[in-house]
Amino acid sequence: MRDRKKFLVLAAIFLLAYFFPFDNPKLGNAILEGFRLLQWYAIHHTLACVVPAMFIAGAISTFLSQASVMRYLGPRSNRIGAYAVASVAGIILAVCSCSVLPMFAGIYTMGAGLGPASSFLYSGPAINILAIFLSARVLGLEIGMARALGAVLFAVVIGLLMSTFFRRAESDRSAAMMHLPGAPANPRPLWKTVLYFVCMILFLVFSDWYNTNDVTITLADGTVLEANIRYSRPASIDVQEYDSTGHLKGEVLRFGRDQIKQIAEKPGFVMTVHGVKWYLAGAMGILVLLMIWRWFSRDEVMDWLRATWDFGLMIIPLLFGGVFVTGIIGGLLPEKYVAGLVGGNSLASNFVASFLGMIWYFATLTEIPIVEMLTRLGMGQGPALALLLAGPALSLPSILVIWKVVGAKKTVVFCVLTVVMSTLVGWVFGLVGT
Amino acid sequence: MKKIQILGPGCPKCKALADNADAAARDLGIDYQLIKVTDICEIVKFGVMMTPALAVDGNVKVVGKVPSADKIKGMLS
Repeated sequence: MRDRKKFLVLAAIFLLAYFFPFDNPKLGNAILEGFRLLQWYAIHHTLACVVPAMFIAGAISTFLSQASVMRYLGPRSNRIGAYAVASVAGIILAVCSCSVLPMFAGIYTMGAGLGPASSFLYSGPAINILAIFLSARVLGLEIGMARALGAVLFAVVIGLLMSTFFRRAESDRSAAMMHLPGAPANPRPLWKTVLYFVCMILFLVFSDWYNTNDVTITLADGTVLEANIRYSRPASIDVQEYDSTGHLKGEVLRFGRDQIKQIAEKPGFVMTVHGVKWYLAGAMGILVLLMIWRWFSRDEVMDWLRATWDFGLMIIPLLFGGVFVTGIIGGLLPEKYVAGLVGGNSLASNFVASFLGMIWYFATLTEIPIVEMLTRLGMGQGPALALLLAGPALSLPSILVIWKVVGAKKTVVFCVLTVVMSTLVGWVFGLVGT
Repeated sequence: MKKIQILGPGCPKCKALADNADAAARDLGIDYQLIKVTDICEIVKFGVMMTPALAVDGNVKVVGKVPSADKIKGMLS
């Protein structure tokens, strides 16, 4: 079988190299867009966001006892507590996205039941530490926060609705004993662990510190604009102008660098911190190194580094590959098509985005460059959030697995709830945001 | 013949566990069969929620971690 696979791969590469119309200008440009987007991610997001987040993910899976969290999701746990824990547990438990489905199945059959399991399934993939920070950084602070909060709050809602609709489903619960990894003795007091995580997260917060991108642009012809920079290229920038009431005009203007005399940052608290963010991040980094040196054994540090490396190996190739492909497709998709389907903020466009999110499979984090590209092509902010909420939890392959675990009726209801909630939340966000 | 069961839907961690278990069993020179259990419903029947997990002859030994080949040797003997 393996030889046959290798042959197919070689044949595919050969056919691609033979037939691909590289001279076609649109395709050529699309390929360049793929590389440009990849470079954008490499320069702007990898070192400041993805790499530190990887270390945090490694630390979470090495030092935080997943078993103690799981106990809140066991069969005899307090019901209200189970919902609360299930909707935020994703931060600690869903560090590896592949374990979400087995955990969902486990919580459903042996643990707290359908409600908390559904909550976990909805929010888990959306609130892993990498997803939160990269979303906020790439897509903007508002939508990043809306995604995290929306996922957690509506996870509880969906979980409660699921368990209400299917109150009599207790018979599916298995009597099998839940095997939890034994809770290890904690080698250091809790406050040290907490401080260690706080410093790492602060490092990430500072290195990702929000650049408002609000500027005052003076053009070569003397006009002065108050605007917000959407996208910046070596030869040109895309901006949206602020109107007299302080709202952003929808139209995106593009200026060549030669047309611009001066771009001045708008001052404020956010921008002041932004100016010193690397000093603050650096301070946090030094604190973390001190803590590692004094509070952790060599074995623990090796375990942590190994876990970080494992995550890196898992996530980075997929993320970079996803970014590259997204860039290419972005160069090929016509803007009118995207704007027509998911532009603006109608209920319809939110629904389309939600529905697409439900069936499309997003490999870890790839939803972020995809949403970024679609936004640039005309997708509205509301539908963007709808996609981010419905996307990670569901995909055609995962729907099939859920079907096998809980059956057709519950799967259908869960999917319907997910799409409806995501549509509504996206629509409200679109209304409130602009 | 010992049945070594690797429970997991197929992510890199499950593969690493399978490789380590394989190496451990070969080093011990025992008669063994390595089985990969990827079906979620089957995994749940073992009482396992966190993958990857390792079971020997139906008894769950490790949950949610990838132990080294040396540690697995201890579980196999």
